[in-house]
Amino acid sequence: MDLPRYHRLRSAYYRLEGQRCASCDTLQFPARARCGSCGGNAFEDHRLSGRGTVYSYTEMTQAPAGFPPPYLMALVRLEEGVLLAAQLTDIDAHEVEIGMPVEMVTRRLREHGPRGFLVYGYKFRPLLGRRLVS
Amino acid sequence: MRSREPVGIAGYGAYVPRYRASTASISATWRPAGAAAAAVGEISVAGHDEDVVTMAIEAARTAVDRSAVDPATIGAVWVGTESKPYAVKPSATLVAEALGITPGVVAADMEFACKAGSEAMQAAVAFVGAGMVDATLAIGMDTAQSKPGDALEYTAGCGGAAFLFTPAEASLATVEASVSHVTDTADFFRREGASYPEHGGRFTGEPSYFEHTLAASRRLLAELGAEPGDFAHAVFHQPVPKFVLRAATALGFSHEQIGAGLLAPRMGNAYAGSSLLGLAAVFDVAKPGDRIFFCSYGSGAGSDAFSFRVTDRITARRQGPAVTDYLDRRREIVDYGHYLRLRGKIRRA
Repeated sequence: MDLPRYHRLRSAYYRLEGQRCASCDTLQFPARARCGSCGGNAFEDHRLSGRGTVYSYTEMTQAPAGFPPPYLMALVRLEEGVLLAAQLTDIDAHEVEIGMPVEMVTRRLREHGPRGFLVYGYKFRPLLGRRLVS
Repeated sequence: MRSREPVGIAGYGAYVPRYRASTASISATWRPAGAAAAAVGEISVAGHDEDVVTMAIEAARTAVDRSAVDPATIGAVWVGTESKPYAVKPSATLVAEALGITPGVVAADMEFACKAGSEAMQAAVAFVGAGMVDATLAIGMDTAQSKPGDALEYTAGCGGAAFLFTPAEASLATVEASVSHVTDTADFFRREGASYPEHGGRFTGEPSYFEHTLAASRRLLAELGAEPGDFAHAVFHQPVPKFVLRAATALGFSHEQIGAGLLAPRMGNAYAGSSLLGLAAVFDVAKPGDRIFFCSYGSGAGSDAFSFRVTDRITARRQGPAVTDYLDRRREIVDYGHYLRLRGKIRRA
């Protein structure tokens, strides 16, 4: 990932900021030019709760460069209904269950060598304690 | 020291990563068979995707969530640490960005070895107490550094806590007073470009930890006109459990008073996060009306001592993970090699 792209994605990566369609109220994440539901192109920013459940998951053993395997990828169904893809963390493959409650945490996604910049972003981990909306 | 306007803590949050390395596995690599057991049984270890920034963000989110404070009113974020992910580039801006409170915010990292977190607390009290901002976030967090095989490796843990300071009327604990006690004492340091800190061995005890901890604590007690028996809990910086026991005993605090905040036996010493995490653990169990005594220590050297009084709001400000939730979700690292890899101590190029 290049630095300008990472810079532009901060609100999504750090805060799960997506969009609410101004015409049909559909939430989508990440931000796109058009609403996937009605095709509208006017949106307001919407910060997602970060709470959801595991919809499906897989263990990655053949991974792209910069992502040391093995790691877990999941589709997470957020409380708001949005489905997104993210890594699971703080859990081993045999502990994951479909439907288990998870919450968003900010983690280091990758580094560009020992001298390069660090990329931080969202992952999901098993729900730990009860969290209020911030 | 006292601020012009009364200040308190409105929210607090902690973080301890889930990995634990047994000190027996370190001993097995470096020490002769039959050597005496290490000062603590296990140390907390950050995962491969964790560092001071990610840990600070989680503790800060919990502190803000618990506080009932509008995040937009937070005017300053300070991260006290000695293990910044970047040597040059603030950690605090990333924390502020994750909280969604940029750009109208003061943000910086503080450096004072293990006292960096309580330094942030002193500044937070001053900013709020002077009326400059409505709320300030003070964080102490470390992935404690240690040279492979060094005495420090047997106690260097990972973790810390965040405290949101606001005017006293909204707080779960008010700040009664604080003091700072510093001298130039080179008991522990890391030079520019060096990977691991150096320390003065036995010199880190008497003229360093004990000198500053006892002096700051006695000065605060004198300033308050208080006795150790007036406090329900006392928290100290925790290099090894026996240092805390000895300092507490010398000051007149009992084992009962230091029990709730003494976490080193379960996770080691989280450097700038150590005393702040102890304070968070005390808030997890403190009762309204309790007075809490707090004294940090940082090499270089100095101590910050604070006195807090817990308010009725505390019981409604404990949602989210308690310190024991973090300590209980442990995953043991079986071998020393895995520990070295997670702590980034293996150079592959």
